[in-house]
Amino acid sequence: MSDKSEEQRLSVFKTYKLYVGGKFPRSESGRVYEVTDSKGKWLANAPQSSRKDARDAVVAARKAFGGWSGATAYNRGQILYRVAEMLEGRRDQFAREVADAEGLSKSKAAAQVDAAVDRWVWYAGWTDKIAQVVGGANPVAGPFFNLSTPEPTGVVTVLAPQESSFLGLVSVIAPVIATGNTAVVIASEKSPLPALSLGEVLATSDLPGGVVNVLSGRTAEIAAPLAAHQDVNAIDLAGADDVLAKELEIAAADNLKRVLRPQPVDYAKTPGIERLTAFLETKTVWHPTGSLGASGSSY
Amino acid sequence: MASAFEYAPAPESRSVVDIAPSYGLFIDGEFTEAADGKVFKTVSPSTEEVLSEVARAGAEDVDRAVKAARRAFEKWSALPGSERAKYLYRIARIVQERSRELAVLETLDNGKPIKETRDADLPLVAAHFFYYAGWADKLDHAGFGANPRPLGVAGQVIPWNFPLLMLAWKIAPALATGNTVVLKPAETTPLSALFFADICRQAGLPKGVVNILPGYGDAGAALVEHPDVNKVAFTGSTAVGKAIARQVAGTDKKVTLELGGKGANIVFDDAPIDQAVEGIVTGIFFNQGQVCCAGSRLLVQESIQDELLDSLKRRLSTLRLGDPLDKNTDIGAINSAEQLARITSLVEQGTAEGAERWSPACELPSSGYWFAPTLFTNVTQAHTIARDEIFGPVLSVLTFRTPDEAVAKANNSQYGLSAGIWTEKGSRILAVAGKLRAGVIWSNTFNKFDPTSPFGGYKESGFGREGGRHGLEAYLDV
Repeated sequence: MSDKSEEQRLSVFKTYKLYVGGKFPRSESGRVYEVTDSKGKWLANAPQSSRKDARDAVVAARKAFGGWSGATAYNRGQILYRVAEMLEGRRDQFAREVADAEGLSKSKAAAQVDAAVDRWVWYAGWTDKIAQVVGGANPVAGPFFNLSTPEPTGVVTVLAPQESSFLGLVSVIAPVIATGNTAVVIASEKSPLPALSLGEVLATSDLPGGVVNVLSGRTAEIAAPLAAHQDVNAIDLAGADDVLAKELEIAAADNLKRVLRPQPVDYAKTPGIERLTAFLETKTVWHPTGSLGASGSSY
Repeated sequence: MASAFEYAPAPESRSVVDIAPSYGLFIDGEFTEAADGKVFKTVSPSTEEVLSEVARAGAEDVDRAVKAARRAFEKWSALPGSERAKYLYRIARIVQERSRELAVLETLDNGKPIKETRDADLPLVAAHFFYYAGWADKLDHAGFGANPRPLGVAGQVIPWNFPLLMLAWKIAPALATGNTVVLKPAETTPLSALFFADICRQAGLPKGVVNILPGYGDAGAALVEHPDVNKVAFTGSTAVGKAIARQVAGTDKKVTLELGGKGANIVFDDAPIDQAVEGIVTGIFFNQGQVCCAGSRLLVQESIQDELLDSLKRRLSTLRLGDPLDKNTDIGAINSAEQLARITSLVEQGTAEGAERWSPACELPSSGYWFAPTLFTNVTQAHTIARDEIFGPVLSVLTFRTPDEAVAKANNSQYGLSAGIWTEKGSRILAVAGKLRAGVIWSNTFNKFDPTSPFGGYKESGFGREGGRHGLEAYLDV
């Protein structure tokens, strides 16, 4: 194809939509907002989610929780790895979107996407190991078998980092779902397009609908009802500034949500397990062993 | 109560404990008066006898204690773990040596039976210090990375139901990890914490490492809010826990909360009935039901309801209520007049909402704060007594037909601290335990505790775990 004919062809724009409950709805509010690249050039009109969209996303996430948390760790690992496979195939698209979103050169954007793919692979490997690393048997002083196991805390609201539109985004979503939680994600306010495209990847990666839900719009507006929502169990404040983070943490106290406060993170580095354990509960189960020779009653 | 086997009184001697007429605050290794000179009286709940007068901490005292803890932190945290360990071992040993004295003291100040302070509280207190002593020089191996660092000054607020045990749960891991402590015991049970201050003196613990501030909620709030406190640990009501979560918002204080519960004790039709009855009794009448993980909702499979309730009522009729210092006493006094009023009001609400109330024939002493063991049948999930934590010797009985229904009803609560499962079928235990949203599940047993075992809740029962390797995390910068 010659350069000339390319110039003549009018490209097809993409309508960016939310990803909720495995479907791609527009915002219930009918609102959109203009997304531009770093130089101010128009890229797309992104959905501007409302409070109702946020509530719908929580309903979808809660509905998905039983199945996803009940899936085997092996199965969850396979699906996280499948996300990496699907992303690898759409590397160029994401590199373009990240370059536009963050004003990066093509090669730097591609490096971000590669790191994000690798991050999915890293977390895929954690699904069936975290229980062995943070759980285990407790040697209690009595005739009992006693085992502590980590379990997902439930529905987690994630405020994606504002600056790292894709690597940061993946770095906060993957640990939440690796452990069996379901997520309602608020994309970077200024650069939501890579997040909305990620929804398309997740939808084709065997991830059950509702496990990850992606909203775009005004972070503060969407986060407020989610921080106060009685059916949300935890909130990752990565994408909040100090003022908003404090406000949301106060709202989150109403039902004692688990809160991960914003902190400086170098997303290029291999993460530790902090983001995995932040959204885990520890369940300890006791049972009598009826040990022969143990003194006293086993019950 | 049957009279064929009347028990002779078997009181434990009070002479093993010497309670002073007044106590100060314990700050920087010294007993001192409150800055504003305020005091309050602590009474024995079983007799309303005034035991002692205690200095009441205010905001100024909190500031003084935090400053002392900050000064002590530098040296304490720099001490090799093996040396910190030895201090904790010393404390564990002194607690063991003085356990009879402390058991009597705790029974006098709290109102719980001597057999519980003697056989449950005190052995566990010593065990916690012993367990965490061993961690102090092994933190590199605890799974939080090499050389994990302490946080600094820990502000700790504890409740009145297990005064010395809650102190041990808080202080032992804090000191093992290299933090220093300002602890506020509850206003109705300050004495054992003050005796613990004396144990710190005997152990030669450096000044300022542990500071004890008896006081009310205002002192607790001042401690939580203090800008130089790095870590907040609280055990108590969910309402106060929420207030603390709001207070620490936007700060970099690390916080753990152990809050209320409404534990479901699920009895399946194949359960060993006699053992289940014992477990139900332990679950709700241990410490007069003033236990956050109490099994206060009995979920019984419909087909065995009549049999189980007959056995349970028969068993309740043999419980002995009265003088907590008597070694034969099963049920002691309620901790305070205020708590008694709360229990009474919730029980009246239970009757008003249509549940059926039953208690064994039971004579209550004429002075002190007492409440007879109480059982409610015809309870539905909508009833207040099935939803709100009563924190008293009151059991609500509900029924179910299928395991799924049992799980759904058990999980139908804002709380998620504890649950019990009674069945002979191992696969059913594991299946049901896996579905229950609670931090501690006892199967074919109930209310068991151990320092090696993490304890803490899901949902509005709070966050963080105490005990075990997990309990270290709350006091480390990880």
